[in-house]
Parts: sequence; structure tokens; C-alpha cells
Amino acid sequence: MIAIIDYGAGNLTSVARALGHLGVACRITKQHDEIFASERVIFPGVGAAGEAMEIIRREGLDGVIRETIGQGKPFLGICLGAQIILEESEEDDGTPCLGIIPGSAKRFRSADLKIPHMGWNDISIARPHPVLEGVDSRAQFYFVHSYYPSPEKQEDVIAKTDYGVPFASAIGRKNVIATQFHLEKSGRHGLRILKNFCSWNGRV
Amino acid sequence: MLSKRIIICLDVREGKTTKGIKFKGNVDIGDPVAMAAQYYEQGVDELVFYDITASSDKRDIIIDVVEGVAKEIFIPFSVGGGLRSLDDMHRVLAAGAEKISINTAAVQDPDLIYKGAKAFGNQCIVLGMDAKKVEKTPAIPSGYEVYIHGGRTPVGMDAAQWAKRAEGLGAGEICLNSIDADGTNAGYEITLTSLISGAVSIPVIASGGAGEPRHLSDVFKKSGADAALIASMVHYQRYTVPQIKEYLSQEGVPVRRFI
Repeated sequence: MIAIIDYGAGNLTSVARALGHLGVACRITKQHDEIFASERVIFPGVGAAGEAMEIIRREGLDGVIRETIGQGKPFLGICLGAQIILEESEEDDGTPCLGIIPGSAKRFRSADLKIPHMGWNDISIARPHPVLEGVDSRAQFYFVHSYYPSPEKQEDVIAKTDYGVPFASAIGRKNVIATQFHLEKSGRHGLRILKNFCSWNGRV
Repeated sequence: MLSKRIIICLDVREGKTTKGIKFKGNVDIGDPVAMAAQYYEQGVDELVFYDITASSDKRDIIIDVVEGVAKEIFIPFSVGGGLRSLDDMHRVLAAGAEKISINTAAVQDPDLIYKGAKAFGNQCIVLGMDAKKVEKTPAIPSGYEVYIHGGRTPVGMDAAQWAKRAEGLGAGEICLNSIDADGTNAGYEITLTSLISGAVSIPVIASGGAGEPRHLSDVFKKSGADAALIASMVHYQRYTVPQIKEYLSQEGVPVRRFI
């Protein structure tokens, strides 16, 4: 069973529907014991980092996420989930985040760019990863975000995308992988990555 | 590179897709869930459903449509028409829509944009805007006036000013429909689209007038639109999504490769 962490907002049902389509059992939950008992964990999310982190702390989910990751359980972050695993976000006047991967979420700053970065964009794989296996290099993915992950260490960058600046569109370390793009809204290539995650043993 | 999005619009009345000309004389053309699945398979980038059901007691049908669509397609889609409260928005989003589009309700209660953006995130709130060319006046300096009620009622507001205000209130995107071009198949209204695209820094979807692939290429090259809405050119099988994308690609417009 996959636990989709419920922090009261975002695209939780879309991710659950996509998993349902793949025939994978999942549960949207904020119950600590259910998350600990699950085989793997997904943290999806849209919305603002400040509010998300506030709910995560209030519900005691920060400790649960850290502990479950520490146990080596495969963990997937999507969109906001790729930002809150960093140490901090520039959003909401600076939001301290979970600090699983060193780095921060930064805001797009170019005056010529439409913000949010919304639509289908390319990714280029920086480091082969089991969860991205079999994905066509020409595939594009659906993005919608105003902040982007900026990990401190190059080795944590799994894929890059260009939007005015090159940024890390997939990051990961050990049993943690996170994509800034929406796997549940990126057609069959997104579903392929979700499917890969569902059978990943958490090792790279 | 970020691709220009091709968005197919389905007007849904009492659970059936319809198509009208200049907002009038709609005829039923199919089942929206089956059509959505077909366009998804063809590689469309996004879909939008407008509920044009007139009677309020049949409004819940759209929720069934949204749930049906959400099970079939895994690309973004938005829903508009008749959404007047946070509760209405929540129901559509919970049923599986990615975004909601508000038009008349936003003009009548601009705070709804702010409240919707705060509750669901800016990216969820699309301002739908129907605009018509009028004489320039001090109240309408751009010469484009906002209309509501499906393009029937002028509201005395300037389209560019309204776009900026909606952006400030938290709209994440603007779907801009030209009343003059809608249903003509003669091309998008480039001047209007450029005006609005230049007035805001959020994405703008051009709508109204698409009849041929070159109309999309024109609007992308000349107006700064980020996405283009199409309807009858695909609903009547005049073109397929791959044909349109192939044309745009040859014209040098970046589009999503469907592989």
C-alpha cells in the first residue's frame, strides 16, 4: 500500500486516481501509523510552502516524514513535494522546510518570463535513476510553479529543465526522489514514472 | 523549451458536448467523456469544459462529467460555467479538475478570485474573460470592453484593466475570448490577445476564431499568447491534434511532441 500524505490541500485525488489507473492500492492519509505501515510514501502538493509546512508541523508529519525516509522507505515528492524536502523556500518571506536534501526553493526572477511556469517542458536527465528508467528522452512533462528546487549539491540533481534559467526539475538522494513536474498530469510518460516508483526498492 | 499549449474546449450542456456560433444556436455533438478520452489519445495538451447548462436543477450533471473525465485522462483540465462560490469550486476540483475558470461570477464579485486563489492556489484560478471591440472612451481606454452572461451583457469595464486587476487578485491564468471572432473560424483576434498578454505577466490563452492551423501559428507568433483554445476545427473532424501540431512545428512554434 502507498500512503499519500494528506496535508489538507493540493492534487491528492489526482495522484490517487492516477495510481488507481495503474492498479496500485493507495490511501490518502495523515495518520502516523498508516504512513509508517505503508510500503512507500508520496508527498504531492500544490499551493504555498508556508501554509503546507505549517500544516505538516501542526499534524506532526515533519517527524513522520523524516523517520520514514530514515528507514529507507521509497519516498516520492511531486511539485511542492520537491521543494519542501529542501532546507528552506523563498516563498512566504522565507519558509524553513524539512531539510532532507541540502538546498532551497527559489523564485523565478526574469522580467521577460510568464510566472507561473505553466505548461509542458523538456527534461534532460542529469543522472540515470531507476524511477526515470524507460522514459523517452524527448518526452515533455507538465509544470505549474513559481518556485524551483535548487539543491546545493550537483549529485542530488536527477534531471534539469530550462525556463529562463536551468533548474533542477527532478532531485533525489538515496530512497528519496522528487519531481517538480506533475507526474499525474503528464500523460503516459508521467504515469510511467509513477509506475516505476511503485516497484522501486529505494536503491540507486 | 516550454511548449505552446493546444487546449480543446468542450461546451457541455446537460451532460452533452455542444457547439454554437457566436454564443447562439447550440447543437449537441457528442459525449464529453468519450471526446476527452479521444483527444487525450491524440495528444492534446489540456482540456477545458464549459458548463452551459441553463437550468440550475441539472447543474450537478457536470460533476459526473468531471469525475468521468478525471478517470480517463491524465493531463490538466479546467472547468468553468456557473461556478459562483468557493463551495462550487471545491466540488469541481474534488471531482478531479485541475483548474476552475470563472467569468461572470468574477466580474460580479472580484473577491471570489482572491478567495479562490487563497483557498486552492493561484494556479487553480483561471479568469475567463469575454471581450468585444468598442469605441475608445475614458472608461474603456483600450477599446475592448468586458462582457458577461456568455457574451450578452456589457459591463462597462476595460478588458486590459480588468486583466491586471484579476492578476493582482490572484488569478493564475487568463482565458481570453474574443466575442467578435468567436465561431467565425476566421482566426484569433491578434490585437486583443496582444493587448492582454502585454498587460499581465501570467499566462494568456487565446480563444475564439480558430478555424485552421495557421490561425494558431499566427496568434502564437504575433500576440505572445501562451496557449490557444480550439473547438470546432477538431470537433467536426476538419483537423486532428497531430495535424495541427505538425503544422505548428514546421512553422517553428514549439509544441509538445506526442510520443
